[in-house]
Amino acid sequence: MVNPQPTLPSPASGYGARGRVRNWRRAFVPTGNTGDALFRGLLFLFALLLLLIVATMMAAIAANSLPSIHKFGFAFLTGRAWNPVTGQFGALPFIYGTLVSSLIALLIAVPLSLGVAVFLVEQAPRSLARPIAFLVELLAAIPSVVYGLWGIFVLAPFLRVHVEPVLARWFGWLPLFQGPVTGIGLFTGGIILAIMIAPIISAVVRDVLAAVPVSQREAALALGATRWETTRVVLANAASGIAGAIILGLGRAIGETMAVTMVIGNRPQISASLFEPSYTIASVIANEFTEATDNLYLSALIEIGLILFLVTFIVNGAAKLLVWGVTRGTSGTARAT
Amino acid sequence: MSTPTTARRKLKLEPSLTGQTSQRAGAVIEKVSVRDLNFFYGNTQALHNVSLAIPERQVMALIGPSGCGKSTFLRTLNRMNDTIPGTRVLGQVWIDGQDIYAPEMDVVGLRRRVGMVFQKSNPFPKSIFDNVAYGLHINRLTKNKAELQERVEQALIDAALWPEVKDRLKASALGLSGGQQQRLCIARALAVQPEVVLMDEPASALDPMATQKIEELIVELKQQYTIVIVTHNMQQAARVSDQTAFFWLGKLIEVNSTEKVFTAPDEKLTEDYITGRFG
Amino acid sequence: MNTSAPRKNLRLTTNTIMTTLTAACAFFAVSILVLILGYIAWRGIAAINLRFLIDTPKPVGEGGGIGNAITGTLLLLLIASAIGMPFGIATGIYLAEFGEGGFASLVRFVADTMTGVPSIVVGVFVYTLIVLPMKQFSTLSGGLALALIMIPIVTRTTEEMIHLVPTSLREGALALGAPQWRVTMGVVLPAASSGIATGAMLAIARVSGETAPLLFTAFGSRFFNWYLDQPIASLTVQIYNYAISPYDEWHAQAWAATLVLMTLILVINITVRFFTRRKF
Repeated sequence: MVNPQPTLPSPASGYGARGRVRNWRRAFVPTGNTGDALFRGLLFLFALLLLLIVATMMAAIAANSLPSIHKFGFAFLTGRAWNPVTGQFGALPFIYGTLVSSLIALLIAVPLSLGVAVFLVEQAPRSLARPIAFLVELLAAIPSVVYGLWGIFVLAPFLRVHVEPVLARWFGWLPLFQGPVTGIGLFTGGIILAIMIAPIISAVVRDVLAAVPVSQREAALALGATRWETTRVVLANAASGIAGAIILGLGRAIGETMAVTMVIGNRPQISASLFEPSYTIASVIANEFTEATDNLYLSALIEIGLILFLVTFIVNGAAKLLVWGVTRGTSGTARAT
Repeated sequence: MSTPTTARRKLKLEPSLTGQTSQRAGAVIEKVSVRDLNFFYGNTQALHNVSLAIPERQVMALIGPSGCGKSTFLRTLNRMNDTIPGTRVLGQVWIDGQDIYAPEMDVVGLRRRVGMVFQKSNPFPKSIFDNVAYGLHINRLTKNKAELQERVEQALIDAALWPEVKDRLKASALGLSGGQQQRLCIARALAVQPEVVLMDEPASALDPMATQKIEELIVELKQQYTIVIVTHNMQQAARVSDQTAFFWLGKLIEVNSTEKVFTAPDEKLTEDYITGRFG
Repeated sequence: MNTSAPRKNLRLTTNTIMTTLTAACAFFAVSILVLILGYIAWRGIAAINLRFLIDTPKPVGEGGGIGNAITGTLLLLLIASAIGMPFGIATGIYLAEFGEGGFASLVRFVADTMTGVPSIVVGVFVYTLIVLPMKQFSTLSGGLALALIMIPIVTRTTEEMIHLVPTSLREGALALGAPQWRVTMGVVLPAASSGIATGAMLAIARVSGETAPLLFTAFGSRFFNWYLDQPIASLTVQIYNYAISPYDEWHAQAWAATLVLMTLILVINITVRFFTRRKF
């Protein structure tokens, strides 16, 4: 068996060529083992299927939107009338409601969640940060429909009695805060969204802040910076990751369905007042999908779903890229040093 | 790499094999033969034109400062580097006259024949018995339960661990001390009866007593196995090995009988390293 | 010195104000949680009893319960897990073990992005895929919708958990001549199993609270149902229907059902954190 004098191949066979063949083969079956090839092939099929599902999803929703797209074209996005009886469908009121409620949510949730994240990462002692972080994460575990229930019976009456009249008295000269105070409308929708997305944003910001190297903080502290000034250095370091977290929160707000549906009033109108009832893209699907009897109505609703899908897909994709850029890059260098 | 060094090193392969070693072993058989081996992590070249012959049933120690490529070299011998993405090998490694980097090579079979013990002991989170039996089990090396039991026992005896664990074979391997865990990993490697055993600083994480046990074990094991050991401890290399190879910056500077390397090395660099002038 | 003293005071004051503000944010977030959970417990306990937990819904004034909604939610979760778990875990293993290169990056990116796509869109998709051809709302379609939401979550946690398994274990098995598939299935997966189980439980907790994708797939039902091709009740849809109804009695029942749902979700979350203590 043992060859005392192994015959080496002549240089003519060429290492370069052999190397190439070897790498080509290794790319498929690194070990040359049949079981491994089957195993890898099987798992590959699942991964491929995941992509196929998403592609099918886009295709199926787009295909079912076609009747509505053919009928209304681009005017679907700018039409203000939504009348199933006369067969008139324009999505502008829903787009408006979605954008405004999401903006209100961001205005409240961004400072709140940044505050929470900074407190947890930069200021709180570990013994306090752990339980608080857990409790804030629990906020994200509460289902949308439960937020909606709480919104209808606790938040909306509270806002109607204690908050909206005050806003109307002090800022009533703004068109934003005029009109009857009902507790059901854009304002309440925005606030419930803010409570729902704040824990999501703060969780991502927490990861992003934690990825900023300790050396940055020590550098600032060593120059005589106060704690808050140090935090500002850290925030500047993490800026693109924080932007990603905010966009991620925006994506959630845009797609959030049940809670908003339950408190926003569900009236397809465009009104300057935040106290007025409104309607969002996700809510109209939730409310009217099972009622849509004729094909055009259903197709119009599915087209609205298509818009929602595309918008959230793009928003989330952008957010992921931003967050990955921060957390991956720094953890990579940290490992190298 | 400078041409004179390469030329001289290649010349030295012959005397080192036929000279001192053949006196004590009679006819020396070359178990592993490495020819012009180059290794790359991405664009970084970690090994430069390494050529080396490892004789059968002897202990070869690989020494050199950290980052010199000795561990990388060791891991090319059972193609463990295949698991690291972005790595590339040029050149040849022959074991028993077979090029292990040939396209038709069965890497899984190769790793059964070339066992490995790692720097940090890595027992599986299973029982002591199941750890040793794992390689036998997956390679279907035993016909029945009695034979399995026998092979496990023999491996534990060979690894000098049997007396300490024979009453608790079903206990978790994670409950053993560091030295015991490392000997368990050696037993695990021996159970599949490899021809070559690679050891990557097997005693670096152990206390002196445990280290001594491992060293005695290595000397014992060379009756049956060809052993290649990476160590940063030069006394250890001197104590256990027959041949010593000195690596520096990814190049093989010198390979000679251990006695010669530690008393009268051919290369100035080797001497500087041995005497502690750098590294 | 004279000019820098007031400036230093200002800096310290800013520091104090901002530190207090961030603490206030954290306190505010936690109080909201306490308010919501406390209110659910208060209203829920008042309306809950054994009959409520086993009865089917009845017309207003006659009591009724959520027995069929509880079994419905459990059946939907079972179907979702049966489809979503193997799928997600297999894809996660693929990403962890063969996860270099463009294809895997694409899968990873799509899975991550899918976790953020609204669940109602998944409902619309399953409606066009199954409900329209079958001309019927069904348990199967509801379970599938939940499975589709589960898959990307399970995929990514499985990948993360496998990455936490030390390389040394993997190398130890490879060095004994184990083929990679045996290393993965026999050594790596068992080592990662508690982490994967954690991720799986959290995924179940997450989809058990989903309402939107069930509205036009599982739809809802007033009876116990065990057939895959029939509509089925769920806790969340029941809560929604009762919450938007005009009857106080149904509102009370919505709170009680919410208490049941939240208990399920909180128990999963708290046990999982208690046993794993991951991240904190």
